[in-house]
Amino acid sequence: MAITSIKNLKEFSTNNDRLEGAHLLCPGCAHSMIVRELMNCTDDNLVISSNTGCLEVSTAVYPYTSWDTSWIHIGFENAATAVTGAEAMYKARKRKGTLKDPDAPVKFVAFGGDGSTYDIGFQWLSGAMERGHDFTYICLDNENYANTGGQRSSATPIGATTSTAQAGTHSYGKKEKKKDIVAIMAAHGAPYVAQLAPNKWKSMAKGFQKALETEGPCFINTVSACTTEWRFDPKDTIHVTDLATDSLMFPIYEIIDGHELNILYRPKNVIPVEDYLAAQGRYRHLFKPENKHVIEEIQKNIDAYWEMLQRREEARI
Amino acid sequence: MSKGVLATDKRGMRELGAEDKVGWDEVTKGVVLDSFEGDASDVVHQKAEERHYTDFNSYTATVASWRIIKPVYNRDICIDCQNCWVWCPDTSIISRDKQMLGIDYDHCKGCGVCVEVCPTNPKSLLMFAEAEDNDEALAGWPQKEKKAK
Ligand SMILES: Cc1ncc(C[n+]2csc(CCOP(=O)(O)OP(=O)(O)O)c2C)c(N)n1
Ligand code: SF4
Ligand SMILES: [Mg+2]
Repeated sequence: MAITSIKNLKEFSTNNDRLEGAHLLCPGCAHSMIVRELMNCTDDNLVISSNTGCLEVSTAVYPYTSWDTSWIHIGFENAATAVTGAEAMYKARKRKGTLKDPDAPVKFVAFGGDGSTYDIGFQWLSGAMERGHDFTYICLDNENYANTGGQRSSATPIGATTSTAQAGTHSYGKKEKKKDIVAIMAAHGAPYVAQLAPNKWKSMAKGFQKALETEGPCFINTVSACTTEWRFDPKDTIHVTDLATDSLMFPIYEIIDGHELNILYRPKNVIPVEDYLAAQGRYRHLFKPENKHVIEEIQKNIDAYWEMLQRREEARI
Repeated sequence: MSKGVLATDKRGMRELGAEDKVGWDEVTKGVVLDSFEGDASDVVHQKAEERHYTDFNSYTATVASWRIIKPVYNRDICIDCQNCWVWCPDTSIISRDKQMLGIDYDHCKGCGVCVEVCPTNPKSLLMFAEAEDNDEALAGWPQKEKKAK
C-alpha cells in the first residue's frame, strides 16, 4: 500500500486533496476534516461508500459530487453492504483475470454517521465485519441524527438534550448510556478497531493508515463535533474536540485482534468533564442545581471507563 | 464510463449534460457523475490546478455566498505550520510544496477554524467582515500580543 508521510504536518500537507470544497456541510463541521484526512493518508485508489447522513447528503447534491474517488451513494444502512459487495466483486474479478488494471492498489472504505452505525445500519455492519471483508468502516460520531434535525441515537450520551430526548421541566435530556460501539466491534474479533479524534491529527492518521493496511474488516469510531446540534460556534470545532479528548469523554485508543488494547493519547492535564459540557449548548441545562447530579454521574462513568481501559492495557490480554 | 449523467427517464436511457437537469422522480435507474474528464487514474498525484474537473465536480462550484465573515491571510507572519490546512473542513487552504499560499475564497464558508488553530503571535489569519478590503485588513494588522502574566 502506498501510505503517505505523516512524519509532520508539512510533509502531510503535500498530499493532493481528494475531497473537494463546495460540499454543503455546515461551516466548521468535523465530518469533512475526518474524511479529508483519511483520503490524504494514502495514494491508493479508494472505493468509498457513505450511509445517508450529513456527509452523504452534503457531498452529492445533484448535479455535483465532491468526491475525486469512486464513491457509492447508498441507503441509510448500507454503506458497509455496498462497499463489501464491491470488495467481493473486485476479488472475484481479480481471480478471474478480468480487471483492467489488476495491479492498481485499491482500498475499500465505508463512512457512516452514528445513527446509521450504532442503530439503523448496525446489523449490516455486523454482518460485513463477520464475513471478514477487507475494508475499513469509519463512523463519524456526532452523537445524534444530525441530518434530520438532531434526534437522539444510541450514541447520544446521558444528559444531552436532543429533539427527541428534550431537556425541560420533567427531563434532563437523554437518560440512557451511550452504547459502547468500539467494544462491540472488537468483540467481532476484528483485526483493528480504534477510537480516534481529529484534533489529534497524527494519531488519527496513524490509525487510519493501520486500518487501511490491515487485511480484514477494521472499524474506527471518530469523534465528530457538530456545531449545529452540539451548539457551539463553528470556529470552535477543534477546541471542543480538545475538551472532549482531554476530559476523557472520548478516550483515544485501539484494540488489536479483539483483545490487545493500547491507549494512544494520555492527556497531560485531565480536565473535569464540566469544562467540556459547558462549551456546548446541548448540555447547558445540566448546570441548573437540580441537574448537577447528572454531571457527577457523567464524571463517574468517565473515571470508571478510563480505569478499565488502563487496566486492560496493563493486562495485555 | 459516461461523460455525463447516465440516467433512465421517460425517454429511456441516455446521457445528460450538467445543464440538462432531471427531477429525482424521473431518474429511475441510477446516476453516474464523473468527477474528471478522461483518465482519472492519477489524480492523487495531481494538484487541483493540474486536474481536468468536469462540471459535476463541486470544485467548479462556489459557496462564497455563505460567508458573512472571511479569513484574511498575512504571509509575513506565517510559519507554514499547516495547522490551517489539516483542519480546514472545506479544502480551502491553498498549500503547495509545504508552503501556505492563501485562501480559496470560492470554497471557504468563513467558519473561522483556521484562525483558531493558527499558533503565531499575532495570528497569521484573522477574521474580517466579508465586505472589508483585504489590503486594508492587512494594513491594520495587530501587533504581537504580550503574554498575560
Ligand atoms: C432507513 C432510513 N431511515 C431514516 C432515514 C432518514 N435519515 C436520513 S439521514 C438521517 C440521520 C443520519 O444520522 P447519522 O447517521 O448520525 O448521520 P449524521 O447526519 O449525524 O452525520 C436519517 C434518520 C433514511 N434515509 N433511511
Ligand atoms: S448538522 Fe452537524 S454533522 Fe451535519 S453538516 Fe452540520 S455540523 Fe456537520
Ligand atoms: Mg450523527
